[in-house]
Amino acid sequence: MNEHAVFSAKMRLSDLIAANHNLILMLPRFGISLGFGDKSVQEVCKDYHLPVDFFTLICNVYTFEHYQPSSQEIRQTDMSPLLPYLKASHHYYLQERLEHIDNHVHLLAASLEDKFGRVLCQFFDDYISEVREHFSKEETETFPYLEALQQGSAPMLSDRSFLSYDEAHESIKDTLNDLTQIIFKYLPAKAFSNDAVDLVFDIFQISNDLEKHALIEEKILLPYIEYLEQNTAQAQ
Amino acid sequence: MNAPFSILIVEPSPVVTAGLLSVLSAHKAFQCLPPRSSAENLPAILAQEKADLLLLNPQLLSDMACLSTLKIPVIALQYTPFDAQSLSAFDAVLDIRTAQREQIFALLQSFISSNKNTHSDFASDENYELSDREIEVLKLVAQGLMNKEIADKLCISIHTVISHRKNINRKTGIKSVAGLTVYAIMQGYIASV
Repeated sequence: MNEHAVFSAKMRLSDLIAANHNLILMLPRFGISLGFGDKSVQEVCKDYHLPVDFFTLICNVYTFEHYQPSSQEIRQTDMSPLLPYLKASHHYYLQERLEHIDNHVHLLAASLEDKFGRVLCQFFDDYISEVREHFSKEETETFPYLEALQQGSAPMLSDRSFLSYDEAHESIKDTLNDLTQIIFKYLPAKAFSNDAVDLVFDIFQISNDLEKHALIEEKILLPYIEYLEQNTAQAQ
Repeated sequence: MNAPFSILIVEPSPVVTAGLLSVLSAHKAFQCLPPRSSAENLPAILAQEKADLLLLNPQLLSDMACLSTLKIPVIALQYTPFDAQSLSAFDAVLDIRTAQREQIFALLQSFISSNKNTHSDFASDENYELSDREIEVLKLVAQGLMNKEIADKLCISIHTVISHRKNINRKTGIKSVAGLTVYAIMQGYIASV
C-alpha cells in the first residue's frame, strides 16, 4: 500500500477491513456491529447516524502510518463523535484488554518462582496505573477543555502542559514493549506454555492498537483543539 | 567484519607501553597506533591519527578540562595513586596493577559497541552479553539511581553512563527503568528492590 492510498466513503466497509483487519477492533467503539454485508462506508455510517467524514478520517489515520490530515480536513470534518470515540477507546483498553492481559500476567506469574512472579506483577500493575493516570488526566483536563471550546466558551489557560502528549505516549509504548521483551526473552524457559505465547501476542495486539490511538490523538485531537482555539481567539 | 578498533597509548613509561602493546596485540579487534610518551598537542595528534580510543596516563595532563574537548573516549591508565576527582573526568579508569587481560578486553570492547552501534544493529556477530561495566550500571539503574549519581559512584563521566545505558537498551531491548529492574532481578543481578 502506498502512503497516498487512502480510504474513501464509496468503498465497501468490508474492503477496508480486508485491507487492514485491525480496523475490526474499532467498530464496536462506534457502536457498529458486524453483518454489514456489501454496504459502502457511506451506507453503514448512515445506518448508525455517524458522520462519514469522521469515520473515514479515523480509518485512514488508523491504517496509513504516514497519513497526515491537512488542516483543511481537520476544519471541515464533523468532529462531534470525537470525544465519544476517544472515551469508548479508553474504556475498551482499560476495562477489556488490559484487564484481560492483567489476568494472564497474574496466571503466568503464579507459575514462576515467587520472587520473579512478584516483580512481574508489580511491573504490570505499575504499567496499568500509568495508563489509567494518563487516561484520567485526559478525561479530566483535555476533554472538558475541548467541550468548552466546542461550545464557544474558551477558558484562559495559564498552564498548557496537559496538551503535551509525546512523553506520556512514548513512555506507555516503551513499557509495553519492555514487557514483551521480558516475557519472551527472559522468563525461565520452563515457564513457557501456549498461554505465554497467547499473552505475548495479545500484548503485541494492544500495543499496536494503543499506538494508533496515540496517532489519532496527535494527528486529530490536538490539531482540532488548536483550530478551535484560533477560532475562539478570532471571535473575541 | 568491522574495521579494527584503533587505540592510541599515551604513557611516559616505555615498560608499561610495551606491556600494554603486548596484551592488546593478542586481540584481533584492536589495533594499536604508534604510542606517544607525552600528551603535548594532544588535539593535534588526534586530528592526524585516526584513533577510536585513547589510553592515557592522567599524570601527563595538567588540566582535566581538555578531556571534554576530545571527541573520542579516554581511559585513564592508573598505576600510581591519583585523586578520584580528576579521574572522574575520564570515561573509564584502567588500573593496570590489578586488571586481568580479560577485564582489559571487556572494558575496551564496551567502547567498541558504543562507538559502532549505528551500523551494526543487525550484524550477526553482535555481542548481546552485557559487559561487566554495563552490569554494574544496570544494577545502579535498577536501584533507582540517576545518571549523575551513577557517574559519581563509578567515577566515570555522565557521557559514559549514557553510552552504557544505550548499550544496555540495545542489547536487552528494554528501555524503561521499571523494565530494566525486572530484567536485573530475573538475571539475578540484584536480589529485589
